[in-house]
Amino acid sequence: MSDRIFGAVGLLIAIVYAWATLQIEESFLSDAVGPKTFPLGIAVILGLASIAIALKPDSEPEWPSLGRLAEILAAVVVMVLYAEFLPVVGFLIATAFATTYLTWRLDTPPLQAVLIGTLTSGGIYVVFKLILGLSLASGPFGF
Amino acid sequence: MDIFTNLADGFATALTFQNLALALLGTFLGTMMGALPGLGPANGVAILIPLAFTLGLGATPSLILLTSVYYGAMYGGRISSILLNIPGDEPAMMTCLDGHPMALKGRAGEALSLSGVASFVGAFLATWGLILLAPQLVKFALLFGPAEYFALFALAFATLGGVSSTNQAKSAFAAMLGLGLAVIGVDTQTGVPRLTFGEVHLYDGLDFLVAIVGLFALSEVFIFLEHRHGSADAGKSAATKIGRITPSWSMLKATTPTMLRSSALGFIAGVLPGAGASLGSFISYSFEKRLKDRDGTFGKGDPRGVAAPEAGNNAAAGGALVPMLALGVPGSGTTAVLLAVLLSLNITPGPLLFQNNADVVWGLIAALFIANFMLLAMNIPMVGLFTRLLMVPPRILMPIVAMVSFVGIYGISGSSFDLLVMIGFGVMGWVLRKLDVPLVPIILGTLLGNTMENNMRRAVTIANGDYGTLVGSPLAISLWAVAIIGFVLPLFVGRLVKARMHARRDTESSTSD
Repeated sequence: MSDRIFGAVGLLIAIVYAWATLQIEESFLSDAVGPKTFPLGIAVILGLASIAIALKPDSEPEWPSLGRLAEILAAVVVMVLYAEFLPVVGFLIATAFATTYLTWRLDTPPLQAVLIGTLTSGGIYVVFKLILGLSLASGPFGF
Repeated sequence: MDIFTNLADGFATALTFQNLALALLGTFLGTMMGALPGLGPANGVAILIPLAFTLGLGATPSLILLTSVYYGAMYGGRISSILLNIPGDEPAMMTCLDGHPMALKGRAGEALSLSGVASFVGAFLATWGLILLAPQLVKFALLFGPAEYFALFALAFATLGGVSSTNQAKSAFAAMLGLGLAVIGVDTQTGVPRLTFGEVHLYDGLDFLVAIVGLFALSEVFIFLEHRHGSADAGKSAATKIGRITPSWSMLKATTPTMLRSSALGFIAGVLPGAGASLGSFISYSFEKRLKDRDGTFGKGDPRGVAAPEAGNNAAAGGALVPMLALGVPGSGTTAVLLAVLLSLNITPGPLLFQNNADVVWGLIAALFIANFMLLAMNIPMVGLFTRLLMVPPRILMPIVAMVSFVGIYGISGSSFDLLVMIGFGVMGWVLRKLDVPLVPIILGTLLGNTMENNMRRAVTIANGDYGTLVGSPLAISLWAVAIIGFVLPLFVGRLVKARMHARRDTESSTSD
C-alpha cells in the first residue's frame, strides 16, 4: 500500500513539476532548446517511474508506531526551532538545548542529558570556534 | 617516465606539514566513522565537506583531508564487522561472514590485523591502478563532445540504480528527483528563474551540500530516533577477547594470492559505473569462496574470507576514483560526495582536470599513498583504541553528528533558511529510506543536473536545434546502448545477485557505497 501511495504522490509531484515548468517565462534571448525542455523531460520520466512504482509495489516497509512517528516529528520541530533561534540566542545556548533534547530522547536520563548537552555544545564551540576559527552564530551575549 | 615525474611532483605537493597533518586527521576520523555503525563513508565525508569549506582550505588540502576520510572509512568498517557482527558501513558487510566467526574463536586480533593488511594491499594496488588507468581514460574522454557527455551522464544514472536498489523504478525516480532539484534556480543560459516560486533564496539554486548533509547525516539521526537505538552495540559483546594483534607470517603467506585476486576484482568493480565498494567486496568474497572453498570453511572463520572482502572493498574505493577524476562521473555514493567537494571548490573534474590542475590530481594521488601507510600503522598497533571508541553510545554520538551538520551548513551561508532546507532534506531522506528509494542517485542528480542540461543544450544548439545530434555519433550511440542495457539488464539478471547481496544488509541503509 505504501508504494501505491508513494507512486500516486510521485505522479502528483511530476504533474505539478511539469505545470510549474510551463509557467517559466521565456526570455527573448533563448538558445535553441530553451529553459523548459530539460525539466519537462524530467517530469515525464518522474511520472513514468511513479506509475511503475504504483503498479508494481514492493513489499510493505516497516513503519514505526504512532508514538515513534511522533518522536521523529518532535525532533523535527526541535530542529526547526533550533534553526530559527540560532541567530537570536546564539550558538552555545541553542545547541545546548537541542543536544539535551536529542540525547534525552535517545534514552539518556534527564540530568545526564543536560550535562551531555552542555558539554557537547561547549566542546563544539571550543573546537570549531576557538581552535579552528569558524564563525558560529553569536547571540546577544556574544556566544 | 612521465608518471614518475608527475608522482614526484605530487609528493612534493603532499609532503607539507599542513597536508600531512590533514591526512593524519582524515585517516583517524575516517577510521572512526567507518567503525561506528551508522556512520558510513558517505556520511562521514558529507559532514566534513562544509567544514573543510568554511575553514578556507585550498583545493588540494581539502581533497587530501576528505579522501583520507574516505580511505579511512573503508578500513574502519571492518572493526565492528569483526567484533560485533554489525557492519560499520555497507562495504564491510561481507567481512562479517568470516570475521565474526574468527572473533568468536578468540582470534579477533588476528582477524583485525589480517584485514588491516588486506585493506592496505587493496588500497595500495588500487592507487597504482588509478595512476595507470586514469590518464588512459582521460585520453579517451578527450574524444567526447557535449552530446557524448550527455549520454555518459545518462549512462551513469542508468547503471547506478542497477546495484544500489532492488527496484529500478525507484532508482529512476530518485535520479529524476535529483535532476529536478538541480533545475531550481536561475537558468544559466537564458537568465530566467525556474521553479523558484518567487522565493529569492532559491534563485541561486539549492546548495547541493545542504542536500547531501540533510539526506545522509540527518536522516541517519531520524533512523536512530525511530528505533530509540541509544545504547552502544558494543556493550553486549565488548568482552570479546582481542587476542594477539599481529598476523602470523604463515597466515599472511597463505592469504597473499587471495588478496591479489580480490584487489584486482575489487578495482574493476570500483571502476565500473554505479558499482562501488559494496559490490567490490561482494564479488571478491563470492569469487574467492567459489574458487577456494573446498572444505567448507568459508563462513566459519576462514582467514581468506576476511582478506578477500577487505582487499576487495578497499581496491574498489580506489577504483571508484578513476571515473570520478577522469570523467567527472562518480562510480559510487561516496565518490559522488567527493565530486561535490570538487564542484564546490570550483574544480571541474574530467579530462581538463589532469591538464589544468595537474598539481591537484597528483597531490591527491600522493596523499592517497601517504594516507594508506598511515592507515596501516594506525590500524594494526592502534586497533585497540578504535575498539574502545565503539563503546561510545549512539545516544551521545548522534546528537553530535546532528549538531556538527548544523554547524557546517550554517558556517557556509550563515542563514537559517539553509538549515530549514537541510531539515527538509533530512525528513525526505528518512521517508525515502523507509520506502527503499536509494539516495545516491538523488545526490548525483543534484550534482550533475546543471552540467548534464548544459551539455544537452550545447549539443543541440551547435546542431542548430537538431535533437538527432544527441545520438549522432557512434560513440554517443554506444554510450546510450550501454546505458539502456545497464538499466534493463538488472531487471532480469540483477535480481539474483541483489537478492543475495541484500540478504546480508540492513534493509534501511540506502546510503550505499
